[in-house]
Amino acid sequence: MGENTYRINVLNTGAQFLCRQDEYVLEAMKKSGCGPIHYGCFGGGCGICKMKVISGSYRVDKKMSRAHISPEEETDGFVLTCCIKPTGNLTISQI
Amino acid sequence: MALNGTLRPGLVQLRVLDFDKTLNFYKNILGLNEVCRIGEDRICLKGFDEFDHHSLTLRLADEAGLDFVAFKVASADELEKMKLAVEAFGYPVDTVAEGDQPGFGKRYGFTISTGHRFEIYSEVALAQKGPGIKNPDIWNEPPRGMRAQRMDHFLLYGPNIAEAERFCKEVFGMFVPEVCNTPDGNRLAAWITSSNKPHDLAFVEYPKPGKIHHLGFYLQDWADVGNAADWIALNRLKLDIGPTRHAITRGLSIYFWEPSGNRIEVYAGGYTAYPDNPQRVWDSSELGRGLFYYSGEVIPSFLEIVT
Ligand code: FES
Ligand SMILES: [Fe+2]
Repeated sequence: MGENTYRINVLNTGAQFLCRQDEYVLEAMKKSGCGPIHYGCFGGGCGICKMKVISGSYRVDKKMSRAHISPEEETDGFVLTCCIKPTGNLTISQI
Repeated sequence: MALNGTLRPGLVQLRVLDFDKTLNFYKNILGLNEVCRIGEDRICLKGFDEFDHHSLTLRLADEAGLDFVAFKVASADELEKMKLAVEAFGYPVDTVAEGDQPGFGKRYGFTISTGHRFEIYSEVALAQKGPGIKNPDIWNEPPRGMRAQRMDHFLLYGPNIAEAERFCKEVFGMFVPEVCNTPDGNRLAAWITSSNKPHDLAFVEYPKPGKIHHLGFYLQDWADVGNAADWIALNRLKLDIGPTRHAITRGLSIYFWEPSGNRIEVYAGGYTAYPDNPQRVWDSSELGRGLFYYSGEVIPSFLEIVT
C-alpha cells in the first residue's frame, strides 16, 4: 500500500478496497469489484451513489447535488461517493 | 413539420453543477455553439443546424435537473389562445417578461400534473449564426465532436402522466404515436408529438415530480451515433447504454451522463409520425424489447436514475 493510497472499509458488507488519494471512492470501489456498487452519472447529479462516511477523512472534490445531500447531511458525513477522494483510511456505510 | 399550432420544443433550461467540465462537454464534445450569457449563472447554446436564437440554457445551480421546457407556438395570436386554453384546463399561468432570455419574447409558464414547468412562446429572434438560406451549404463551420444538429426531445418522469398526456392533446393539439400500459391498463409511458417526429416529448409514470430522464439531441445517422460513442469513450464520459436501437420510435441511440449528471441521448432516425396513423401499443412486459430492441432487456440504471 503506497503512501497515497488508503484503505476503504464498507461497514455493511465487510468489503475492503484500496483507493488512491487522487481517485474518487466510487471509481475505486467499482474497480475493486466489491460493493455495494451503485452508480449512474459519476457526476454528482443523480444521487445513486449516496453513502455515509462513518469515520476517516476525505475531501469533497466535486460539487454534490443539493437534491441528494443537504447541508446538514453533508455535515453528518453523507456523501456522493463519486465526488469524494480519501485523505485517510475510511469506513463507509450503505444508507 | 409541425402539424398544428404548437411548433416544437424550442428551449430547455437545465441546471448544471459547474461551467468548466460541463460547458466543455456541451460545446466541444456534444458540439453546440455558445450564443450568449445571462449574468453570471446562465449560458445559452444552440445546435449548428438550428435557426432560432438558442435552444438550451444551462443554469449554474447546486443541483442538477430541469428548470423548464418551452414550446414554440405558431403565432402571437395562437399564443394568447393557448394561454386561455391552459387556464381553462386548470393550470394557473404566469408571465415571463420579454428579454428574460436574449432573443426571446414574452413567455407564459405553468406547472403540469407531473410537476414540470412548461412554457410557451411565439416570438424568438433568428440566430446570428444560423444555417444558410441562400444557396446554402450544409454547414458554415465544421460541426464539432458528436456533431449534434439540434435539440430533439426529452423524457420526463413524474406522477399522473395520464393527465399530462391529455393536456398535450387537448391544449397543445399534439398526438400520441406510441404508448406503454401496465397489465391493469394504466399508462406507464407515452410518446407525444406535434410534428412528424415520433416524439417531441415523452413521459414515464414516476412518484416524484419534476424529474428529467434525458434530453435528446439529433444526429445525422447511425455513423454519427458510432462517432458519439467514440467521443464518450475518449472523454471517459459515463455510458448508460448503447449504441442501440429503440423499437419504440425506431430511433438509433446512445445514452450517457454529462459531467453534471444529467442524462443525454444522441439519436438518429425514427419513423415518420402522422396523426391519422394507428397508435402503437406496448405491454409493460415487452418494454425491454421496445426500449432496447437488440438485447430486449432494460438495464436497471435506465429505469431508475433521473435528475
Ligand atoms: S453516480 Fe450519480 S451522483 Fe454519484
Ligand atoms: Fe429519447
